[in-house]
Amino acid sequence: MPEARSGPRLEAKSLPGPDTILRRQLANGVVVLARENFSSPSVVLSGYTVAGALHEPESQAGLAHLTASCLMRGTRRRTFQEIYEAIESIGASVSFSGGKHTTSFQGKALAEDLPRLMEVLADAVRHPAFPAREVERVKAEKLTSIAIRDQDTGAVAGLEFDRLAYPDHPYRLPVEGMRETVSRLNVGDVSSFHRRTYGPRGMVVAIVGAVRRKAAVDAVEAALGEWTHPSQPAEPELPRLPPLKGVVRQDRVLEGKSQCDIVLGVPGPSRFDPDYLAAALGNNILGRFGMYGRIGDAVREDAGLAYYAYSALTGGPGPGPWSVLAGVNPANVERALELIRAEIGRFIGRRVTPIELKENQANFIGRLPLQLESNEGVANALVNMERYRLGLDYYVRYADKVSAITRDQVLDTAKRFLSPDRLAIAVAGPALSNVEGPALRGDGV
Amino acid sequence: MRGSAHAPRRDDRVVQARLQNGLEVRLKEVHTAPLVSFWVWYRVGSRNEIPGLTGVSHWVEHMQFKGTRAFPAGQLDRAISRDGGFWNAFTWHDWTAYFETMPAGRIDLALRLEADRMAHSLFETAEVQSERTVIISEREGHENEPTFRLTEAVQAAAFRVHPYHHEVIGDMADLRTLTRDNLYRHYRKHYVPSNAVVAVAGDFRAPAMLRRIRELFGKVRPGPRPSDAVRAEPPPAGEHRLEVEGPGETPFLEIAYRSPQASHPDFFPLAVLDSILGGASSLNLFGPGLSNKTSRLYRALVEGELAAAVSGDLSATIDPYLYSIRVTVRPDRQVERVMERLDQEIQRVLDGAVSADEVAKASKQARALFAYGSESITNQAFWLGYSEMFADYSWFESYLKRISAVTVDDVLRVAKAYLRPSARVVGIYRPKAVAHA
Repeated sequence: MPEARSGPRLEAKSLPGPDTILRRQLANGVVVLARENFSSPSVVLSGYTVAGALHEPESQAGLAHLTASCLMRGTRRRTFQEIYEAIESIGASVSFSGGKHTTSFQGKALAEDLPRLMEVLADAVRHPAFPAREVERVKAEKLTSIAIRDQDTGAVAGLEFDRLAYPDHPYRLPVEGMRETVSRLNVGDVSSFHRRTYGPRGMVVAIVGAVRRKAAVDAVEAALGEWTHPSQPAEPELPRLPPLKGVVRQDRVLEGKSQCDIVLGVPGPSRFDPDYLAAALGNNILGRFGMYGRIGDAVREDAGLAYYAYSALTGGPGPGPWSVLAGVNPANVERALELIRAEIGRFIGRRVTPIELKENQANFIGRLPLQLESNEGVANALVNMERYRLGLDYYVRYADKVSAITRDQVLDTAKRFLSPDRLAIAVAGPALSNVEGPALRGDGV
Repeated sequence: MRGSAHAPRRDDRVVQARLQNGLEVRLKEVHTAPLVSFWVWYRVGSRNEIPGLTGVSHWVEHMQFKGTRAFPAGQLDRAISRDGGFWNAFTWHDWTAYFETMPAGRIDLALRLEADRMAHSLFETAEVQSERTVIISEREGHENEPTFRLTEAVQAAAFRVHPYHHEVIGDMADLRTLTRDNLYRHYRKHYVPSNAVVAVAGDFRAPAMLRRIRELFGKVRPGPRPSDAVRAEPPPAGEHRLEVEGPGETPFLEIAYRSPQASHPDFFPLAVLDSILGGASSLNLFGPGLSNKTSRLYRALVEGELAAAVSGDLSATIDPYLYSIRVTVRPDRQVERVMERLDQEIQRVLDGAVSADEVAKASKQARALFAYGSESITNQAFWLGYSEMFADYSWFESYLKRISAVTVDDVLRVAKAYLRPSARVVGIYRPKAVAHA
């Protein structure tokens, strides 16, 4: 078995950078990024507009999400069926998704169909008609999804975690909303939300594929260049989030289930945080590298307690969660929690080893070609460069940035956020008492 | 297996070879990104299991990550991750597959690892025990999903005799009692070169790759290819209806018709019919599919305000399997009403109401999805091996041609042959109210 060798090298010319990305800001504020890839005949577009759940009152939680889902349900020019016939009949796809800060969109088509793709997208985002019947249908579908979500142990643990970790903060509510709030929404709410919040300022569109860069940017300008919205609101500021004072825990019983899902963690660093990359590297060591990192070793490999147990760093424009997720038999919940908290304690107690650091740096750098293999991967990278002001040369500088991270930086960043004694812990599944679990290691057949 | 090696044959862009020990090799150079995706496919899955040993193939797959002498447990993950690689494994009814996608200069690690664990995995008793709870936990995670419970019941009703009867994960009773010896025997019987296909796509030179594969895999001792005979399922003797009860408030409906095996000519018209009814299905393991909002069943059931979602599912299998239609029923609607409306749509097809435009649209959608699939090197390597599990690579290469040759009459003929109420299982998931704490 070879030991850690020299890290992988990246060929700078194959990475997206200032030489291969065309960036243009339109007069109305829309930023367009384009990169060519003629190795396959398709094109992908990706981006967002700055309208999200932060713009909705809490009593209308789910409104931004519902609005995004209704954009393609009919426009001034086309009915719902005409819109989808236009894209599905050519094997293309367009979708919108309402998030916390923004509403994002994705599209894909054969390259010759980019004009139609762009036209459908622009029509939906600028001129939705929100036919009442369609909005009611989508709302009913959303309520069904919420009913399914509220019976899903992983989703319920996540909801409870958000409530514990984000008191008095908009992150405590799910973007899909709750049954009570969504059932009260109507077509007027949707229509006025769109009118008030959707606009070109802050919007980003990235196009990657078998289309000339300039032609791609021109196509976006033709479709969106004339859009104006002088009173478009700014992205709302997030309130300050006080740190957790101790361990807070919520268990939710869902009868008739076999397994418990656990989510525990804290509000983590935003993508703008100067320590974000150090946190991401540390998170990789804690719960991702190889088979779920240190947490996977402790919970899955050594104790055999769970099929999955890993950590996740959300990033994003605000303090998204830094969390650990696991699925275990109810009889093993407390043991799994102990092991996970012990790993968090170890992670903030001592620096990671030099080999761990080196291996994880190599992983971050070496996996880049895979992340940037597809048009979708590159388009998402371009959107993130713009969203988080990373610079067009971010991937060219990336290997140096990762290699510069030190063990002290990983430890200091971990200490800033994590502690086994200040955690939000949520468990959802069958009741923890009176369960007969599977045999633990060594007691089996 | 005969001792003589076949000379490598260059088939357009796919190099095909067979080693002396019987191992089949498929190579495809793709130089679009500095990556290589390396796969080993074994012709073993839940189809090769009998009651008492259900789930053994999937558990063996787990044990393949528990180390060999040369690659001890825990080091494998680290070694792949360190090089920026991505790896995983899948067990299904007909096959088990392992893959690594890595930066091109680092792929040799995958070759050495896969050659070694083809024959030298340790299956230590302590690791078997530790993995028992992991696999039981995996099954319990599935059981949390109403749709898993429903599909498991539908499959068991559809196959009384054939081993497609049980889920790949296996029955809980067997997961509690399988022994280390059960696992090891299954491994040694089925993990032999003559029962495997190596499939590689990416940024390499085929002659050098083939040389290295011969060097590493050529050393694996040959073994007899296990028999792939299974008990054939008799024709269905009438519609079978079943209900599963569980928590929640959302009913689900699953209707499963007997479908032809992938190598059967009817498979292609049935794929077109699936596109028309449930929307175009992606052929690819990774990557996006298409929405299905112009499909007939979406229009009837979702636009008809009876359901929240509907989809069709046709799988490529060795033996006749199932064409399933799955519906997420709106909690405020009756399942019986949904069933009635769905049957009207099936009847419309049986009455001959299929247009040439619909058939042409299905063909265009297949072309687009096919193009999208070729963008990923991992997908390309996937298809090289996957198609060998139930047919051969020409199945994949001729797929679009065969789809575009499908006529309205073909679609009507297969609809009449396969969408018969007397040859289906209707499964309903009935939510029952439970106390919330």
